[in-house]
Amino acid sequence: MARAFSPKIVTANHLLEGDVIYQTADDRWSRHISEAELITDEAHAQLRLLDASRQANVIVGAYLADAVSGDNGPEPTHFREDFRRTGPSNYVHGKQETSTQPRA
Amino acid sequence: MYRYSEFDTAFLAERNAQFRAQVERRIDGSLTEDEFKPLRLMNGLYLQLHAYMLRVAIPYGTLNSAQMRQLALLAEKWDKGYGHFTTRQNIQYNWPKLNDVPDMLDALAEVGMHAIQTSGNTIRNVTADHFAGAAADEVADPRPYAELLRQWSTDHPEFQFMPRKFKIAITGSENDRAVIKAHDIGLQLVERDGVLGAKVIVGGGLGRTPMIGKTLNEFIAFDDLLAYLEATVSVWNQIGRRDNKYKARIKITVHEHGIDDIRARVDERYAQVRPQFKGVDMALLDEIKTHFALPTFREASVATFEGAYTNDPVFRSWVDTNIAPHKNADHAIVTISIKKHGNTPGDATAEQMRVMADLAQEFGYDELRISHEQNVILPHVHKSDLPAIHARLKEHELATANIGLISDIIACPGMDYCALATARSIPVAETIATRFDELKLEHDIGHLKIKISGCINACGHHHVGHIGILGLDRAGVENYQITLGGDGSENASIGERAGPGFSYDEIVPAIERLVFAYLDLRDNADETFLQTYRRLGLAPFKAALYPEAQADAA
Ligand code: HEM
Ligand code: SF4
Repeated sequence: MARAFSPKIVTANHLLEGDVIYQTADDRWSRHISEAELITDEAHAQLRLLDASRQANVIVGAYLADAVSGDNGPEPTHFREDFRRTGPSNYVHGKQETSTQPRA
Repeated sequence: MYRYSEFDTAFLAERNAQFRAQVERRIDGSLTEDEFKPLRLMNGLYLQLHAYMLRVAIPYGTLNSAQMRQLALLAEKWDKGYGHFTTRQNIQYNWPKLNDVPDMLDALAEVGMHAIQTSGNTIRNVTADHFAGAAADEVADPRPYAELLRQWSTDHPEFQFMPRKFKIAITGSENDRAVIKAHDIGLQLVERDGVLGAKVIVGGGLGRTPMIGKTLNEFIAFDDLLAYLEATVSVWNQIGRRDNKYKARIKITVHEHGIDDIRARVDERYAQVRPQFKGVDMALLDEIKTHFALPTFREASVATFEGAYTNDPVFRSWVDTNIAPHKNADHAIVTISIKKHGNTPGDATAEQMRVMADLAQEFGYDELRISHEQNVILPHVHKSDLPAIHARLKEHELATANIGLISDIIACPGMDYCALATARSIPVAETIATRFDELKLEHDIGHLKIKISGCINACGHHHVGHIGILGLDRAGVENYQITLGGDGSENASIGERAGPGFSYDEIVPAIERLVFAYLDLRDNADETFLQTYRRLGLAPFKAALYPEAQADAA
């Protein structure tokens, strides 16, 4: 039997800014993970990743990252994604500079 | 100071114009990322976790005040006001925007600098001792030889498609500050019967298979060195493994064939290639040397220095840790610590860069160096100027007296920036430094090198740290492995794994237990951590690291 599919989001870096972005259900790129589309079906995930990869003049390096549903939309499960949605821990730079992102 | 002949103004301008066009074509969609990525990497532009990163080369770690000021300008204008000095003797900017990079490269070109990376499986930039040209203990300045090697290997037809990349490091001193035993080839300049030559070490390297280089030849006279190195690289080129990226480095070839077999093959090849070298290289070397000529050292009394040393304990402490002997007895080598307790190792603000540039211009014959230990050096300073320099450094948080001490930590960017990381390294370094500063034990502990990498690529040189820390991802949680007894000096050794790893919250207390164990175990205050470790071995340190295991066994 196939293993249960763990929910995913599509994430990438913005081509010009280089910062972390998330694919939304209405096909925008958001800078907030809370607005990401949480994908619970494997076939749909592959499709959405393909949609993302076609936008090569907007984004770089799209991939599927594990996420879970939280109080404010999707939340990361791995610490790497937690850093990506926040910024580095040695300075208040990156996303944490401009917005309040809850830290797990 | 030497300027790369091939990187002259016209060449750089052309390369930058090319890259500007490539960036435009990437943005307008005519280049895909797959097409663009190799082009941007060639120009030092990486994509990290939160942003792009631009890596600027500082050949031989040598730069002048105008260049340092330009680095400050880049930090201020196109980054977040700081730059990160790395173990590769270069500087990284962590926040550039793709659109701005061509302007940044043009600004670098104004002062003869660039971000061009020698990439691919070629002989990479040769690295040299950061005290080169100044150290009291050197036989000769290694930089002209480094530059000769670079010119010889660049565009050498035989060396364009080698099994893997190839790195050479060179030092002019017995005291190895260039970690030559962790390079594919390490060279130590030596003099024998009035003839200058080099000891040749081969097969060192870190990364996932760390190895200490072995002596291939005790002495090769300079007239023969290029021929001998050509023979060495050529043997590896022929028998090195191309089937597996991780087994392709010369360290594996040396390990698999044994040093004696390699030596025999090199000697055979050397006999064939030697007649082809007719001394043209020695003429070139003479010409290169003129670019590395020493300044004319000024003569003056050192009385003010001696007075300050006697009367000012803060100054004395700084001199004792941060000053190294210069070949001119009235001069000194100043290492400016970029390791203030609690700050990111190697990060300097634009303002700090300008202060260091000013000091170099006013007092330091306009020379600065970047060390692989992520500090900045004024290689030539008259001792009478030290009190004034110290006073100025103090005003800008640059006077930390900790060179070679526990807070002088090498840390790679780790998970805070690096896309390849498996764990963070910067906050571990910050916390260790802060903790031992609070304990006020740093000077009592003495010489101790901690080196931290955020993944197995070992950019933080953890294998050769007296205490090495490797950050890993264990089932989705940061986990830190400790190695002990590593050494990057002339007595190089690879650290030994101490046991199971520690979580992020446990790693600093574990280091603290380790250091307290050392303080208990050492014979006397002069026995360093490494000496104590070498005398007693792993067991007593392991007991300190894992007290529960001790209790269980009891
Ligand atoms: C943040 C972006 C960086 C990336 C993506 C990166 C990537 C890598 C990789 C993949 C290797 C292994 C190469 C191999 O063994 O074939 C490596 C080696 C190395 N890196 Fe980095 N690195 C980065 C930053 C740094 C920094 C900031 C430093 C200096 C503090 C550094 C110093 C080194 C050194 C000295 C080695 C050679 C280790 C050896 O002898 O095998 N790197 N790097
Ligand atoms: S050691 Fe790993 S985490 Fe650290 S800079 Fe190198 S590649 Fe990145």
